Amino acid sequence: MTDTSAISRDVQGYILQEFLPGENPDNLTESTALITGGILDSIGTLKLVSFLQEKYDIKVEAHEADVDHFNTIADIASYVHSKLPKA
Amino acid sequence: MLLSGLNRTREALNQFLDDSAHVRPEGVAIEEPGCGEISYRDLANLSDQLYRRLYQLGVRPGDRVGIYLRKSIDAVASLFGILKAGAAYVPVDPSAPAARNAYILNDCAVKVVITQQCFEKGFRAEARLDHELPHLLVLEATGGGSFLKAALEREGDLVLPETTTLPSPDDLAYVLYTSGSTGAPKGVTLSHRNATSFIHWCSEIFDPSAAERFSSHAPFHFDLSILDIFLAIKHGATLILVEEETGKSPALLSHLIAEKRISIWYSTPSILSLLTQHGKIKDHDYSALRVILFAGEVFPVKHLRTLKTLLPGRKYYNLYGPTETNVCTFYQIPDRIPEEQTQPFPIGKACAHLQTKVVGEDGQPVPIGNEGELCVSGSAVMQCYWNLPERTAEAFFKDGSGKRWYKTGDIVWEDADGNYTYVARKDRMVKKRGYRVELGEIETCLYRHPAVKEAAVVARPDEENGLLINAFLSYHQGNRPSIIGLKGFCTANLPSYMVPDRFFFQESLPKTSTDKIDYQKLQTIDGNT
Repeated sequence: MTDTSAISRDVQGYILQEFLPGENPDNLTESTALITGGILDSIGTLKLVSFLQEKYDIKVEAHEADVDHFNTIADIASYVHSKLPKA
Repeated sequence: MLLSGLNRTREALNQFLDDSAHVRPEGVAIEEPGCGEISYRDLANLSDQLYRRLYQLGVRPGDRVGIYLRKSIDAVASLFGILKAGAAYVPVDPSAPAARNAYILNDCAVKVVITQQCFEKGFRAEARLDHELPHLLVLEATGGGSFLKAALEREGDLVLPETTTLPSPDDLAYVLYTSGSTGAPKGVTLSHRNATSFIHWCSEIFDPSAAERFSSHAPFHFDLSILDIFLAIKHGATLILVEEETGKSPALLSHLIAEKRISIWYSTPSILSLLTQHGKIKDHDYSALRVILFAGEVFPVKHLRTLKTLLPGRKYYNLYGPTETNVCTFYQIPDRIPEEQTQPFPIGKACAHLQTKVVGEDGQPVPIGNEGELCVSGSAVMQCYWNLPERTAEAFFKDGSGKRWYKTGDIVWEDADGNYTYVARKDRMVKKRGYRVELGEIETCLYRHPAVKEAAVVARPDEENGLLINAFLSYHQGNRPSIIGLKGFCTANLPSYMVPDRFFFQESLPKTSTDKIDYQKLQTIDGNT
């Protein structure tokens, strides 16, 4: 069963690789502002959604891919976790 | 039809609304999904109410009034109210940093800013202390026109102006700010005639009816909105407002276009590419859509071909033109796009209301087939850049007959059929998602960061993203900034489409023999240093 900290690590790795090449990984924390901080723009968010849907076999509703659910790694991990089938 | 005969010769934009309100008072002028709709009569009345409020606040013909509102019926009514007052509207991007918007509104010396509560605090904080703050007309929020109505009714009885005169054709109608190469955005000033001559051309080419349902995808500070708003209103048609979040989401947008039965769509190619790839077009009923217009950047043929396969039988037009002229050339995409075609389509031939020519370095026309700079003359060409006489002078030249030509900065060539094909820019301006980006403006912003020593920004075409904006930086000893910090800094000072995609650090940036930053060398760096 995937826990939120494992999801956080995956998401952090993906964001560093896709959107922050060359950045010190320690600078990207669970609470770094992604959308409001200019790291994830609308196309970036779409890419992240595709990644999450494929990796975790979940469906992200269009209206949920927004600043309320996707602005921090903690938020994203929590959202993904809530979409996973319960054991 | 009564309308088309009456308003073919109209030269003041607000007349389009007055005419349609007279002929179709009960017709739906605007739909704002989730917030309701407004009839032509009510839209005309609401904008009249605002006009009287503005008059009372001292707004007179020739003044500028800022619009700092989310796209809404309230915003459209504000726009018309300002035009009725004989003033020019200055729309700012509601999602841009408050500092940038405050700069624009201050630069334009607006008398009044119509805004809403969520923007008020940020604007007041940023508005320059050494200039008188303009009067703020603050709406509680926006939606359906009700908030503008409430704000106007709150203030009680209005003074009626003694006489109302129509703006004359050369009076300013609006000022649109675009990226400026020296670091600050510059205002393109456009008159009523500049806009109406373009709108009349649109009527001839696209032949809209009152039954038409126009999308309003572009924000009001982007000149695509001129076609959306004024062509719809002129023909007594319905304008469907697409708010920002929906406009960025291919899934939500795709659903809206079908559900609202949009018949004329106008946007940048980026949005259409996104819709084609992610919008599940096949799952929706697009039978109402008959005309697809795109402008602002090159449309990759691959995605256009796919779109035409998904939505055959519609009219597709490539429209080209800088903010300074609005659309000046156009090209109708052929029904069939050969599989082997990879070259983008031409930008086409000059619109009937304008004249164009391609000139060489010496200012003389070049032979057919030769590259040169596209220049434009005629009724839709802007007046000037606001308060920038030198920059304005550089942008124009007069030919032997004294005719004034605007130099677009775009290198093109003309083929034997008379169609222009775009080649490249003359300068360091690029298009990101259809928006103008002066790379110099991004550099100026980066230089304001305390840790940055040198900054150079280059753009690289990218198959996936269209264009990547790469920033190369050197920093003061031992003080390497974080990329996250830099992105945050840029986000606080620039519109989102101008925030660099990638940041690369170098001990010192490469120089040419004359000690200038070697941009050519930077262009070749892939970033894997």
